[in-house]
Parts: sequence; C-alpha cells; structure tokens
Amino acid sequence: MKPRTADKVATAVIVTLALLIVAILVSLLGYILIRGFNHISWDFLTSAPQKIRAGGGVGPQLFNSLFLLVLTLIITVPLGLGAGIFMAEYARPGKLTNFIRLVVEVLSSFPSIIVGLFGLLLIVNTFNLGFSLISGALALTFFNLPLMVRITEQAFRTVPKQQKEAGFALGLSKWKIVTSVLLPVALPTIITGTILSAGRVFGEAAALMFTAGMSSPRLDFSNWNPLSPSSPLNPFRPAETLAVHIWKVNSEGLAPDALQIAAGASAVLVLTVLIFNLAARYFGRFIYRKLTASKRMS
Amino acid sequence: MRGQPTNKRLEKHHIENLIGRIYMSFCVLLLIVIIVSMVYFVASKGVANFVSGEVKVSEFLFGTKWSPEADTPSYGAFPFISGSFLVTLLAALIASPLSICAALFMTEIVPGWGKKLLQPVIELLSGIPSVVYGFVGLSVIVPFLRDTLPGQGIGVAAGALVLSVMILPTITSVAADALASLPQNLKESSFALGATRWQTISRVILPTTFPAIMTGVVLGMARAFGEALAVQMVIGNAPFVPHSLFESASTLTSVITLGMGNTTMGSPQNNALWSMALVLMLMTFVFVLLVRMLERRNEI
Repeated sequence: MKPRTADKVATAVIVTLALLIVAILVSLLGYILIRGFNHISWDFLTSAPQKIRAGGGVGPQLFNSLFLLVLTLIITVPLGLGAGIFMAEYARPGKLTNFIRLVVEVLSSFPSIIVGLFGLLLIVNTFNLGFSLISGALALTFFNLPLMVRITEQAFRTVPKQQKEAGFALGLSKWKIVTSVLLPVALPTIITGTILSAGRVFGEAAALMFTAGMSSPRLDFSNWNPLSPSSPLNPFRPAETLAVHIWKVNSEGLAPDALQIAAGASAVLVLTVLIFNLAARYFGRFIYRKLTASKRMS
Repeated sequence: MRGQPTNKRLEKHHIENLIGRIYMSFCVLLLIVIIVSMVYFVASKGVANFVSGEVKVSEFLFGTKWSPEADTPSYGAFPFISGSFLVTLLAALIASPLSICAALFMTEIVPGWGKKLLQPVIELLSGIPSVVYGFVGLSVIVPFLRDTLPGQGIGVAAGALVLSVMILPTITSVAADALASLPQNLKESSFALGATRWQTISRVILPTTFPAIMTGVVLGMARAFGEALAVQMVIGNAPFVPHSLFESASTLTSVITLGMGNTTMGSPQNNALWSMALVLMLMTFVFVLLVRMLERRNEI
C-alpha cells in the first residue's frame, strides 16, 4: 500500500473507532434515561420499595445514598486535606515519602469489594457496629481517602510558586501560608475534585453490600431524633443504597416490575451523577471567581 | 511593643505550625494504619484454611472442582481464577485498540474539537456506576448475544463486553495524557522528513509512548480484575472452567459477592472465599508493581 493510502485508511479507522466510543456513550445514556424516565415519578422517588407486589419506589434508598454521601464527605474531606497538604507542601523526597505515595497508590487501586470485605471484618464484626450507615461511611472513607489525598496534592501543586514566596517574604509562618494563601487558591480545584469523587461514592455498591447492609428498616420521616431506630437520621441503622438496590433487584428481585424498577433507579443514579458533574464544573468556576481577584481584573 | 521581638506572636506562630504538623502527621499515619490493617486482616483470614490444613494451597489454586457442600468438600478455585483472568484479558483486548484510537483522535488527528468532543464522553463514561453497567449488560448485551450467537447470552463474552466499556475511560485518559506530553519536535522532525501522519504515528509516536500506554492498559486491567457487581450480573456464575466464550463462568469477585452473605463466618467454605479475596489483593499488588515498572521505563 502506498504511504498516502495507508495514511488515509488509518485515519478513517481511527476516526471511526473514536466516534464509536461517542456512539456507545450516547446510546448508553439514551437507553438508561429513556427507559428509566417513564418510570420516574414523584411517587417512585418517595415511596418505599415493595418486595413481591409491583409498584414499589426507591425513596429510602435515595435518601440513604445521599445521607451516606454526606457522612462520608464529613469524614474524608478533613483527613484527605491534611494528608494531601502534607504530601504537597511538607513531604521531602525520601524513603518515607515514597512509601506514603505507594500506600496511596495501592489503596486507590484496591478493588472496592476488598474494601467492603475489610469493612465487614473490621468495622462490622470487630468494632461491632453492625450493618449500619456509619459502617458504610467508614468503608467508603477507605475508598475515598486516597482520592481526596491525590486531589488535594494536585490542587496545591498547581498554585504558582510566587504566592508562597510572597507569603514567606511577609514573614508568615508556613502553616499560615498554607491555610490562608495556598488553600484559597487551591480550593476551586479541590471542590471540583471532591464533587467528582462524590459521584463515584454515590454509585458505589460492592463496598457497601457488606458494610451498610442490604436492607432498610421502615423509616419514619417525621422522626428527626437521631437516636431512634426508625429515624432516617440514625447513623446506626442498616441502610440499603440506591446502587445496592439496583444490584439486588436485578439479581434477586421478586417484584413483577423488577426490570422497570431497575431501569428507573438506574436513571435516577445516572442523572444524579450527571448533576454532580455539572455542579462540579459550575461550582469550581463560581468559587474561583469569589475567592480570587479574577473578577475585578476582567 | 514595637522594636522588640514580639515573643507572644512568635509563640503563637510556633504553636500554629505545630498543630498543623501534628494534624497532618495524624492523617498520613491513618492512611498507613488503614493499609497495614487491611493487608493483615484479609491475609489472616485468607490463609486460615491453609494453616489449619483444611485445604492445600496447590489444591486451592489449581483444583478445578468447587463443591463446598459435598460430603468430602473440595475447594478448587481454579475455575474462578481462570475466569477472572479470562474476562480481564478479553476486556483489555477489546478496549485497548478503541482507547488508543480515541486518544490518537484527541491528540493527533483533530486536537481541537476532538478533545472537546471526547473529553466529556470519557468523563461521563467513567462516572457511570458499575451497577448501571451491569443493568445495561443484563438488559441489552445479554439478550443480543442470546439472539445472535449460541448459548444463553450470559457468559464470558457478555462479561468481557461490559468490562471493556467500563475500562475504556481509564485507558483512554492515560493514553491521551501520554500522547499529549510527547515532545513536539519528535513529531515535527518526522513530518519534516516527509513522513505521512500515519507513518509518524505508527513509527514514532506509538513506539515512544508505548510504556505509558501500557500503563493505562494495566490500570484498566486492574479495574476489570477487581470489578464485582457488573460482572456478577452478566457472567452466569457457573463454577466450571468455560469451554467457549458463550458459556457461563465465574470470577473471583462474583463468587465472593454471592457466597459471602450465605456462608457462616469461620467455616472452611467462608475461609475459602477469604482466600479468594487474598488472591484478589495480591493481584492488586502485582498490577501496582507492573505500573511502577512501566513508569520507570517511561522516565528513561
């Protein structure tokens, strides 16, 4: 084949395969959203699931997913920030830093099912917290923490060096520079990353099956006492999340409309992740404008 | 006050620094504690069967018969180990060419709108939760395979297809990063010699970025190897070594997912599941090691 023809053929193949990926995504999203959309209604989003009869909803599951996400972020954000700042600003190249880097890398590549099993062993059985929201949140912490560390470290590394030097020139302490000079500049990136990682946590199921449990007690949404067992806010009650519910309905669902429920729940899940994605973009830009002087300059 | 070194402020300054350092050390220490205890707990459960003499290591790794409930139970996990490797390799074989083409499209062919088009696609694909992939696999891929090809539809082929879509974003983003960071003058000198774009890509760009692209492939394989629920939903979960791609099989993750809740803690059957978790964990170490080796090769 002449080089020119080979070039044309190869270009055509590459373009076709790249567009094929776009087509896969479009058909995937289209399928999920169109199939699920018919099934989404206010009633579906708020009512409790039915075991054997048709017409169940995903209300408690949706609430559990969101609540678990909030709990996880409350635990992981401060811890991830601390370790990430250490890695970006304090760690000197050496054996220890290399080791910590390896730890973060291994932790983030552990399959989520291993994280779930570890949670089952340590939190559910050894610490005796049982299948509960708090167990789930802790398991998700192991899952989300390395991500947060990486996000924070990268965000801090992108801050221009002059900002730090200016701080030192003013005689500020290092910690002061970190918290009041570098953190505000890095914050938009951190927030964007956090929201994106929230999307991952929201869709996680394998780590939660063995920690947060696969059932939800009857919830009383007018009971806001966090210690009562039927209160939705009680962190020590078992909680099935939306993603776990989809898995359960698909593999052992008995309701006659199991497939429709799975379709509806999948659409809700994907829509939420899409909203997280958009929010990450919008919020990052908004905060950046708020915290830096870029608004006045333009 | 002025002129004298303000001791009070100096102290505050030091205390602040100290608190910051203590807090950060705590966070880092926690990471290390988590990983050490994770390895310890899973490993101690995983070797229980071998220590007590219930199962031999060789029998576990290479035995093909999994019948924990029989009168003389046997715990051969080979069908699951081979299943995991089979779907992972197949998924990588399907996804890698697609991903590399997508990365080339983004960086070499139409860097402008190609990136604008594919970047969000990749991000969205990686954001879709794995159970949703499983659901789509179950309601689209499985019926399609059942109607067009022999077999039940569920099986190795369905699992590999679902996994390949799941690992597309991982490979693509790593490969695109590698291609984008390639020094411009390499390409330019190739074009200056009169090479066509495809000659430049195939003889210069791909060989130079090969280790980096392989890093992406290994990362994708690591993800595929550990993926549990999506595979479990479409693979059929039969405890045999499959004879064709359209037969149902099992992976380590699918067996653990299904078995862990139905066995009593501490029983040999339950411990065998933990041994599989240990295998999964060791494979993660292997993947991380591979990635590190490839990255080192990339630096030179």
